[in-house]
Amino acid sequence: MAKRVGVLALQGDFQAHQKALERAGAEVVQVRTPEELRDVQGLVIPGGESTTMLRLLQAANLMQPLKEFGKTKPIYGSCAGAILLATDVINPEQASLQLMDIGVQRNGYGRQLDSRVVQILTDTGEIEAVFIRAPIIVRVGKDARVLARYNGDPVLVEQGRHLVSTFHPELTDDTHVHQMFLDKIA
Amino acid sequence: MFLHEQFRLKVGLAEMLKGGVIMDVVNAEQALIAEKAGATAVMALERVPSDIRKEGGVARMSPIRIIREIMATVSIPVMAKVRIGHFTKARILESLEMDFIDESEVLTPADEEHHIDKRDFKVPFVCGARNLGEALRRISEGAAMIRTKGEAGSGNVVEAVRHIRTIVREMKHLTVMSKDELFAEAKRLQAPLELVEWVAVHGKLPVPNFSAGGIATPADAALVMQLGAEAVFVGSGIYKSSDPEARARAIVKAVTYYNDPVKLLEACEDLGAAMPGLDISKLPESELMSTRGW
Repeated sequence: MAKRVGVLALQGDFQAHQKALERAGAEVVQVRTPEELRDVQGLVIPGGESTTMLRLLQAANLMQPLKEFGKTKPIYGSCAGAILLATDVINPEQASLQLMDIGVQRNGYGRQLDSRVVQILTDTGEIEAVFIRAPIIVRVGKDARVLARYNGDPVLVEQGRHLVSTFHPELTDDTHVHQMFLDKIA
Repeated sequence: MFLHEQFRLKVGLAEMLKGGVIMDVVNAEQALIAEKAGATAVMALERVPSDIRKEGGVARMSPIRIIREIMATVSIPVMAKVRIGHFTKARILESLEMDFIDESEVLTPADEEHHIDKRDFKVPFVCGARNLGEALRRISEGAAMIRTKGEAGSGNVVEAVRHIRTIVREMKHLTVMSKDELFAEAKRLQAPLELVEWVAVHGKLPVPNFSAGGIATPADAALVMQLGAEAVFVGSGIYKSSDPEARARAIVKAVTYYNDPVKLLEACEDLGAAMPGLDISKLPESELMSTRGW
């Protein structure tokens, strides 16, 4: 049976994630309220503007439900999603869900002119990574595991059931990272 | 052109702005209010469109000093407007490391025949359009985002509605045409065949399609989203209202929950007065901004 996965749809490229998850064989629902979180087995927090998403999460009273959700179910965050899952955020400092023991520096590579497409190596092969005003993971806690690096910086990291990438696999045809996330759903 | 790496990055940033509100600001103080209210990006300009209407004169891009202050103040993307065809100003903004440039009909056009060749810029561009042909011409010049023009500074959503409906209808029309009809249709639309064929297959633009011009209330914003816009630009509507901060927050909420009438009701409640609107049919032709650009 297809796994039922939510995509946080407050803002950002949630439709691109939805399509990538569907290509990887999942059934996808858009999540905008705490109620919609109830019957999904995992959640993707998409790329977008993390400050905007954070404000919308707080306004929708979704912060606490998401923290609870993350205690038992997998969450994958790409770019802005990675920022929201981190324990600490700098440039500037902002609140987060603190579900993964990593430190993240926002807009770590600079502005849009420093965005890029590169090839990176993971355990299971080479994948295309699209970085857009991407954050840099500046600290990785002892329970987190780095799955891929670019220029020496961690760009794909897992910790138990959770996964983050500072790049955007949803903007490519490759479903490798989304498959990795679906594999985390029991 | 769609597989070109640089173009994918430009469109990629536009993808991140979907489902959000991009707010016009004239200084760093307004930019901070916009960011706090949940804007996904801010658009720097010298004067908001309703003031350009009132005061007249040549409307230009923001002073560099103000743009720098805005960039230093907020962490969200910063965009700035250039006059249509003014590729030199665009190069200056690129050197300033802007995140996006709006080649905009709201400013006085610098060239009445040619738009900027946006293909060899590293910085992404957004351009206005009233119909599908205009949108595809801008994309062929390298625009990574289209926004329907509406009528900026009017406080009246009627033109924004007309333009988004027109583009969506023309795209639907292409999807039911047979392949051999697309040549004549490309000629009618005055758009490149390659792009017309792409839209016929996909039923949407190859770049994100946002809405702008005359959006003054949360309900206006939700309306254009329901009609097919993927995000919203709000200009004069926020800082010309009685309580800009509350209105900015309400419009952000309305865009997120555009399909949820109960949340929309919440967004509409407790708002002060909207900006005064204009009856566009009573405006003289020479004062229309949406007819600039071609």
